[in-house]
Amino acid sequence: MIKKNTLVQIYKVVLTYQNRSNNLPLDTREVPFEMRIKGKLLKAAHIGDTVEILTASNRIESGILIVEKPFYNHSFGHHIQALEDIKETILKETEGLK
Amino acid sequence: MSNSYLDVMNKKSDIMKEALKLDYDQYELKGIAFDYEKMMNDSGYTLEDVKRIQLDNNVGNTPLIELKRLTLYARKFAEEGYGARIFLKDEAANISGSFKARRAAMSIHQAVKLGYKGVVAATSGNYGAAVAALAARAGLKCIIVQECYDSNGIGQPEIIEKARACEAYGAEVIQLSVGPELFYEFLKILQETQYFNASLYSPYGVMGIETLGYEIASEMANREHKYPDMVICTNAGGGNLTGTARGMIKAGAKHTKIVAASVDLSGLHMASDHDFNKKSFTTGHTGFGIPFSTFPDRSDVPRSAARPLRYMDKYVLVNQGSVFFITEALALLEGLERGPAGNISLAAAFSLAQTMKKDEIIVVQESEYTGAGKHMKAQVSFAYDHGIEIITGNPINEIPGRNIVFPRTGAELKHKDLPLDQLRKSYIKHFLEQKLTKKDVSFLAEELKTSSNHILELMEEINESKK
Repeated sequence: MIKKNTLVQIYKVVLTYQNRSNNLPLDTREVPFEMRIKGKLLKAAHIGDTVEILTASNRIESGILIVEKPFYNHSFGHHIQALEDIKETILKETEGLK
Repeated sequence: MSNSYLDVMNKKSDIMKEALKLDYDQYELKGIAFDYEKMMNDSGYTLEDVKRIQLDNNVGNTPLIELKRLTLYARKFAEEGYGARIFLKDEAANISGSFKARRAAMSIHQAVKLGYKGVVAATSGNYGAAVAALAARAGLKCIIVQECYDSNGIGQPEIIEKARACEAYGAEVIQLSVGPELFYEFLKILQETQYFNASLYSPYGVMGIETLGYEIASEMANREHKYPDMVICTNAGGGNLTGTARGMIKAGAKHTKIVAASVDLSGLHMASDHDFNKKSFTTGHTGFGIPFSTFPDRSDVPRSAARPLRYMDKYVLVNQGSVFFITEALALLEGLERGPAGNISLAAAFSLAQTMKKDEIIVVQESEYTGAGKHMKAQVSFAYDHGIEIITGNPINEIPGRNIVFPRTGAELKHKDLPLDQLRKSYIKHFLEQKLTKKDVSFLAEELKTSSNHILELMEEINESKK
């Protein structure tokens, strides 16, 4: 059970694929238009429940509870050899430039 | 009325009027024209006011840095006597890390002046962080509406980082999946909250950038006793170029060439769920730059204040690999680690400088912050993980969405010209169904920085090609 007032992320379908704009490429037309948003849980609930949250601007949004205590995990990526190669190229080509 | 897609879209102009308190109808003229200068001048702010408001917010007066070693590197590949001096306006030094703070400062000032309790902005980029930061300083609520995820729930790292920055400044971030219906959600939020529309395309959003052009022209005149020969702007929505050019003109630099640069993402559809995470740039690319130049009023206001073709002397493209290459070079040669998207114009400048004389000056008018998610390495790793081939080779072989090609040497970093007449024709095509009067044609001439005669020639060429 996730306690009331816990920071969570919810998910909701804003427009089902049938209700989307007519002016879309085919692949986009086949999927719903979705939203994810964070806020404080208004009542204790489980992952997968339909819940209400209070957002940072004090609005109430409802949707399916998908993440408890969301946090960031974006990073600086990982090793890419080609980036090491261009680094070497630039340093070599500018050696002793005056 | 319900909140259905059609009902909300039908209320669009009323919602917008409420959220900007600006009646665009008063600027409409007969036919297709409107009074652009009147719209810009009616805002009630002079350039001096803008400077003062920005100064109060620690925005602007960023360093103008001569990139001496990068210039020497470019000269290595230029003919004798060629290789212009390259300068960079280090806009990353602004509050929130980009030139967008200049625009946000004006939107927020206007929102406070009109008594709004909060602001809403539709943006996946630096503008969100800028609005959030300036709203925090003004004690306003702030909601940022982003296009962030594909249908598998995979977010673009650059956009996720931007959400983090917005949340750091206390904003609420609404993260949406791919599609133009973002505008529908944006309108619903404006309607629900009655907040101010901090549009990038309002007169306030664009006049905030005039100080950037003004600072470049006046500082250059002081330091080098002349105006720059060329200023190059990364182009997406067009406000950056428009505001910079207007500011340069206000400072007296009427002959500086204004160049737009975008990263070439041709072939990738901007509203495609599948293509969304195949891009390694979420802004500054042709997917925004071309449509917004050739049809500025597609934006979130009835008449966009960003009208880049009014000021543009040249439009150039570079590939993704070249922008990453120059981002690496900027760090290695100048000690400036900056975000890749802000370096699109720098990549173009490296190549363009080689076509200009040694004593000429080219100014790259922005840089942006870098960090987790929006770092070159994060972007390239994300591309690699999504099946994009990462190779070194001739950049002309890059196919957006399939590979990223880094130049094998600085000599291979070359810009490509996008002929202005091609853009002008795309612009004109929006009006061909209508019977155009002489006044309409002269409006088009102003919009497209050319003569009425040339407009007529272009119309003829379009008609010929239809036969």
